[in-house]
Amino acid sequence: MRPITYLRATDTATAVAAVSTDPTSDFLAGGTTEVDLLRQDVLNPRRLVDINDLPLAGIEGTPEGGLRIGALARMSEVAAAPVVRERFPLIAQALELGASAQLRNMASMGGNLLQRVRCSYFRDAESPCNKRDPGTGCSAIEGFSRGHAVLGTSEHCIATHPSDVAVALVALDARVHTLGPNGERTHAIDDFFLLPGDSPHREHPLEHGELITAIEVPAAPVARHSLYLKVRDRESYEFALVSVAAALSVMDGTIAEVRVALGGVATKPWRARRAEDFLVGATVRRDDFAMAARVELADARPTPMNAFKVELAQRAIIRALDMLSDGTGTGPAPRPGIGSPS
Amino acid sequence: MTATIPSAIGQPLDRVDGPAKVSGSARYSAEIPLPAMAYAYVVGSRIAAGRVTGIDTSAALAEEGVLAVLTQQTLPKIAEQPPLVPSLAGTAAPGQTFFPMQDDTVHYAGQPIALVVADTWERAQYAARLLRVSYAETPPVTTLDQGRDLSYEPERIFGGWIPGRIERGNVEAGLREADVRVEGTYTYAANNHNPIEPSCTTAQWDGDNLLLYDATQGVNATQMTVSRLLGVPMSKIRVIGHYAGGSFGCKAMIHAHPTLAAMAARAVGRPVKLVLTREQMFTSVGHREEQEQHLTLGATRDGRLTAIRHHKLSPTSHFDDWAEPSVGVSSQIYACPHYEGVYRLFRANTMTPTFMRAPGEASGMYALECALDELAHELGIDPIELRLRNHTDVDAMTGLPWSSSGLKECYERGAQRFGWAGRDPRPGSRRDGNWLIGTGMATACYPVAPLANPQRARARLYADGTAVVQAATPDFGTGVATVMTQVAADGLGLSVDRCRFENGDTDLPNIAAAVGSAGAGMISAAVHSAATALRSQLIRSAVGDPGSPLHGADPVDVVVRDGVMTAGTASESYSDLLRRTFQPDVEAAGQWNPPAHDIPYATMTFGAQFAEVAVDAELGLVRVRRMTGAFAPGRVLNPKTARSQLMGGMLWGLGQALLEANHMQPDTGRWVNASLGEYLVPVNADAPDVDVELIEVEDDIVNPLGVKGVGEIGQVGAAAAIANAVHHATGRRVRKLPIMIEDLL
Repeated sequence: MRPITYLRATDTATAVAAVSTDPTSDFLAGGTTEVDLLRQDVLNPRRLVDINDLPLAGIEGTPEGGLRIGALARMSEVAAAPVVRERFPLIAQALELGASAQLRNMASMGGNLLQRVRCSYFRDAESPCNKRDPGTGCSAIEGFSRGHAVLGTSEHCIATHPSDVAVALVALDARVHTLGPNGERTHAIDDFFLLPGDSPHREHPLEHGELITAIEVPAAPVARHSLYLKVRDRESYEFALVSVAAALSVMDGTIAEVRVALGGVATKPWRARRAEDFLVGATVRRDDFAMAARVELADARPTPMNAFKVELAQRAIIRALDMLSDGTGTGPAPRPGIGSPS
Repeated sequence: MTATIPSAIGQPLDRVDGPAKVSGSARYSAEIPLPAMAYAYVVGSRIAAGRVTGIDTSAALAEEGVLAVLTQQTLPKIAEQPPLVPSLAGTAAPGQTFFPMQDDTVHYAGQPIALVVADTWERAQYAARLLRVSYAETPPVTTLDQGRDLSYEPERIFGGWIPGRIERGNVEAGLREADVRVEGTYTYAANNHNPIEPSCTTAQWDGDNLLLYDATQGVNATQMTVSRLLGVPMSKIRVIGHYAGGSFGCKAMIHAHPTLAAMAARAVGRPVKLVLTREQMFTSVGHREEQEQHLTLGATRDGRLTAIRHHKLSPTSHFDDWAEPSVGVSSQIYACPHYEGVYRLFRANTMTPTFMRAPGEASGMYALECALDELAHELGIDPIELRLRNHTDVDAMTGLPWSSSGLKECYERGAQRFGWAGRDPRPGSRRDGNWLIGTGMATACYPVAPLANPQRARARLYADGTAVVQAATPDFGTGVATVMTQVAADGLGLSVDRCRFENGDTDLPNIAAAVGSAGAGMISAAVHSAATALRSQLIRSAVGDPGSPLHGADPVDVVVRDGVMTAGTASESYSDLLRRTFQPDVEAAGQWNPPAHDIPYATMTFGAQFAEVAVDAELGLVRVRRMTGAFAPGRVLNPKTARSQLMGGMLWGLGQALLEANHMQPDTGRWVNASLGEYLVPVNADAPDVDVELIEVEDDIVNPLGVKGVGEIGQVGAAAAIANAVHHATGRRVRKLPIMIEDLL
């Protein structure tokens, strides 16, 4: 890695000023992804501005029934917070199914939203990659693309957004609060993640030096009956091949409200609005779940290697909705004590 | 030789090096602090085929702290290239017959093309990024699909140890006689060892003398290999390797890095530490090759095999004919008159593949045992019954009787513990919520490796009654230091707390690299020999000494327990004898000469594997719910360490069945998932209940203590049992490993 200097910021304004006035400075929070990428020469800042001492770590329930999560709250703290578990089980589950215990203890919520893709061509610092090195081409499209996206792709990039909790937050219409050189801003979370289009290197509508300060989750009573289903090869410590964040409320046998978002299949945490639109007012029937899933994946553009994800994503949506409607929660464990289906 | 009274052997002694390892005081080869240490970083080729046309080192050399950049222009030429021979042979054992940076040719991606040495690791690594390398690239060949039409039948494989074709009878005739045939092509992904400690060497010159700290399965193998490559006499090279943080075969051969570390240390005149990165571990220490096996079985209606045809296709390097011997055991373990096993290779842009835990047996038995399961299903015969009908008490290839077997007991006890009886053979017949439940089994077998040369140890008893027993072998995580303490204690007639086993140093008596599950057998033989020789010597001194209470006793009547020699009512302790006779210590050497290769026995370790899986057929998920393995590894020196080894092997089999795959990008010839994040191995959450049953069988042929080894047998058959269970759960026969979600949708 390139030699770097290090500054430990003590107040937020100073941190923002330090990075925004220097194009070669970056923030450092938990560092669980960033330090890897520094070592692999994927990121090459000259200076890191450590923000871990900033007062951005709280987790609070709002009186309206929502949630405010400080950008520096650690994944494990958020997952363990009673207010999160009670009001938004899908957030707690998404967090606990992500990374490993050690990483969750270190990784910050703001950093989680900003984590970089797992595409091995992006990360090897050698292959052509439009995200890392704009204009060099995408190695994944013709390459090993089993884990890559089938939704929201472009001819320039098919890397999957890796976050689990962002999928839950997208389902919940969260808002991302920032402080930048031009003051405070609030981003609707769906706008916070950009599709790759023809500029895959640009992943967020953030200015250089703009710092996430908090994540706000508005009240959503439907979320009390919610889950996060994660499908992957191994039982733990792996990114999703497909994941579904879902919440469901049923009145008199018809669906009153539903939230569905997908992870592992798209270039950004994917709100399944088409599926939701189809489902609202529909009956609680497997056939309707299947139709909603089909509608959502209709525009999928797979590679030969990840074509299975189109089918798998539909089955996962159906399974998640099944579990919410028949009350099996996270489903029967395959072995006593260990493991949900994902 | 006087008989030993086993009291330590067979006990579940805790690891003697456990406290040192968990407290961090155990020093691994990259943890040796030396003054003025410099750090070497290996720069690997970006391309997989072609030439290096130039390396501009100026920017790297201008960086602060950079001491040297060695390239083909500046790295010394090797003195000679030793041939490729498995390190168990006790000779020089390079991992391949190609040494990097001798010319400008690039044979594989990651091939070392430069070595940057700096005063810190970070500076070396950063300077490596500043090298401007230009290449002339040619299209690589790396995958089965690219190489299929280029294949040839090698005369011999596996470092020349194994013929490329094995035949008996007439396989075509055997297939014609068959009432039923099953035939299938089984593919197996390339695998990498990925021990938690990457390979590393610390090199220090003192004048003409070289001291290496090396993470290796055999310090002597490192010494011999580096000696030949550098042209430095053996007498001037000492290799220390007390510990290695796992190996699984990637430290069984001596790859280029110890020699490169020594060259770098000489170039900068400082000690040099060279640690491979995780990514480099995928291209520097060998791998298990991707392979395709074609199995054809012919059988009578009542399940008797008439023919086995077993063909394998795999890539090897441009310089060596290497295939792991997947075809070996299928010729031996079932009674069958007609057999044909053939290897085909093609030259690919990879390094020479190498041993990886159960090299050949894990892959070959996967294919054979899945094919047998298909046959059992086809014939409507219980899988265990089918195997019993084809059971053989002799090696089916040579006709020689097994030195010991225990296989039938393994089937029986394994089936009992697992609850096999009453299994409904119909696929898809059990369900638990969304999960389809299936069970499967497979035979496990692993050869008792033939050894080529004497194994040595030394025992020393001090006048205070404590003892040190020495042999060169490192402990790379197997527990050898623990079990040898037990063997030494029983041999000497001491309690284990009075014995210390000292190891991992070429200044100690020679032991071959502990590969092929041979470690426990060969080292225990040498240690036993040294310890009992010393005991006999002490007894002889006592009975011949008029000052001893034992004077005049017949040595065969003397028993030793807790350091006290007793004959009838007379006794004297070792320590009294030595103090009385003014001897500060007494030493004896031990040597074990392995059985000749033409003994009239075949040697094999057997076992039986059972697995229960749950398959979520909608989501394509397979989760292993429980595994049972029953193994007959001869004598068990320490049931705790043996069980750990076997359990680890079984879980590795789970990884091979469901997770492990090294993916090659065909157009670039580079592995695409060279990290522990993307190359999946099982984590704790994947590990089911693993039940290990030990069935001790007596074997007085293989070695003095009858130890057949547990390092690899635990893995053999585990993947097949899981694949067979997946079929039982779902009715789907996936003939590839790993079995992935998309294979089951």
